[in-house]
Amino acid sequence: MRVNVNWERCIHSGMCLSAAPTVFDIDDDGHMLLLHGADVAVEELDGVEAAIACCPAEALSLER
Amino acid sequence: MARNAIVVVGAGLAGLRSVESLRAAGFDGRLTLVGDEAHPPYDRPPLSKEVLLGQQTPESTTLRTPEHLRSLDVELVLSRSASQLDLARRAVQVETQWLDFSGMVIATGSAARPLPEGFDIPGVHTLRTMNDARAIRAGLEGASRVVIVGGGFIGGEVAASARRLGLDVVIVEALPTPLARAVGTEMGVAYATLHRDHGTHFRLGVGVERLEGAGRVERVRLTDGSAVDADLVVVGIGAVPNVGWLAGSGLRIADGVVCDAGLCAGPQDVYVAGDAARWPNSLFDVTMRCEQWTNAAQQARHVAGALLDRAPAQTPFTGSNYFWSDQYGLRIQFAGVTSADEVRVVSGSVEAHRFVALYRRGPRLVGVLAFDCSRALMRFKVLIERRATWEAALAEAARLDERTVVAS
Repeated sequence: MRVNVNWERCIHSGMCLSAAPTVFDIDDDGHMLLLHGADVAVEELDGVEAAIACCPAEALSLER
Repeated sequence: MARNAIVVVGAGLAGLRSVESLRAAGFDGRLTLVGDEAHPPYDRPPLSKEVLLGQQTPESTTLRTPEHLRSLDVELVLSRSASQLDLARRAVQVETQWLDFSGMVIATGSAARPLPEGFDIPGVHTLRTMNDARAIRAGLEGASRVVIVGGGFIGGEVAASARRLGLDVVIVEALPTPLARAVGTEMGVAYATLHRDHGTHFRLGVGVERLEGAGRVERVRLTDGSAVDADLVVVGIGAVPNVGWLAGSGLRIADGVVCDAGLCAGPQDVYVAGDAARWPNSLFDVTMRCEQWTNAAQQARHVAGALLDRAPAQTPFTGSNYFWSDQYGLRIQFAGVTSADEVRVVSGSVEAHRFVALYRRGPRLVGVLAFDCSRALMRFKVLIERRATWEAALAEAARLDERTVVAS
């Protein structure tokens, strides 16, 4: 599974990192980033789904 | 009562996300989404910012394409409002039609607190809907002096947008500090400084006596007898839940629909999501109503799960009351509650408008406010959700500072 980030939409709120801290992070300039690329491990799926649900910009989606 | 039919009343974010979550979780029964506005579901946060600045059209806030809505197989009932709920019959009245349901989501949200008597004159607005934003945008184009009544977030965002358009802005707030209810007094002072540094003026600790003008607003007369000239007035004095239609239904109404910890309104399979829900949030040991975007999205997901899961034990909803506000190109974020014994700035500088402040209640971390420090805010938000102690929060603050919470 892969998580897609619509970078045009992302507002760098950081909500995703609070939901899935092993997948998402924010750098020192306040920009969102993927910690280990777009691949999502099975054990990270719940967190990524929570991140998709709470993203204020609706910038995230999951490719199964 | 209809079998396998869910009616979602309210077509804002909570309503839309409810029907999407229900379908995503495999609900294959009849699904109806009722909204009183003519427009299909749209996103409100840009209304006070990009739309007022003219960077986005009001229509561009539409959340879903018609094709997407069709793919959900949802009967979309727009421009019509629910007027009555009959729990014995398990049906909701929408104008002349009765919709039977087996399950229901009340997602009627909230409305801008109505204008006080005598305020409803040309040039005076509230901001809640797409139409409101369109009217204010049109008004801003010919205006030079804007008065905001109310020192809350909506007013602050309108003020920031108006300043960016080069207009004179005065915020009138009855309390001595703006935003005191939302973030507490100390941080309200920091917020006021941000506005002043961008040329917005305040009249604090004074109320509005009346609005004056020939045919349209020309000035705002304050309770101390002074006056502020204005050609556009935006009144942002809070929101009230849209629950009047539930009077007499038997549901408990008290500034919102009173729910249990799992957002159930009492009768089986009747749930509430979004601004209209008042529920005991065990995360903070407080019964609350929450008017935030994220809360609406998360509660929608929660109630969809509850409606489809027949497990006897209700999972409590324990959202952490996160919200954000963009003003003057700066991001203000908050999570938690502000009823605190102590507020401490643990990183950055209030003067530089870049800092993190933590809120302590007893031995626990209960809130975090950040100006332009998203990463730190999210770290503390997670700690709040884990019911972390104040010591643990301070230790995290020390760790984050080593990694430079605030980039120089």
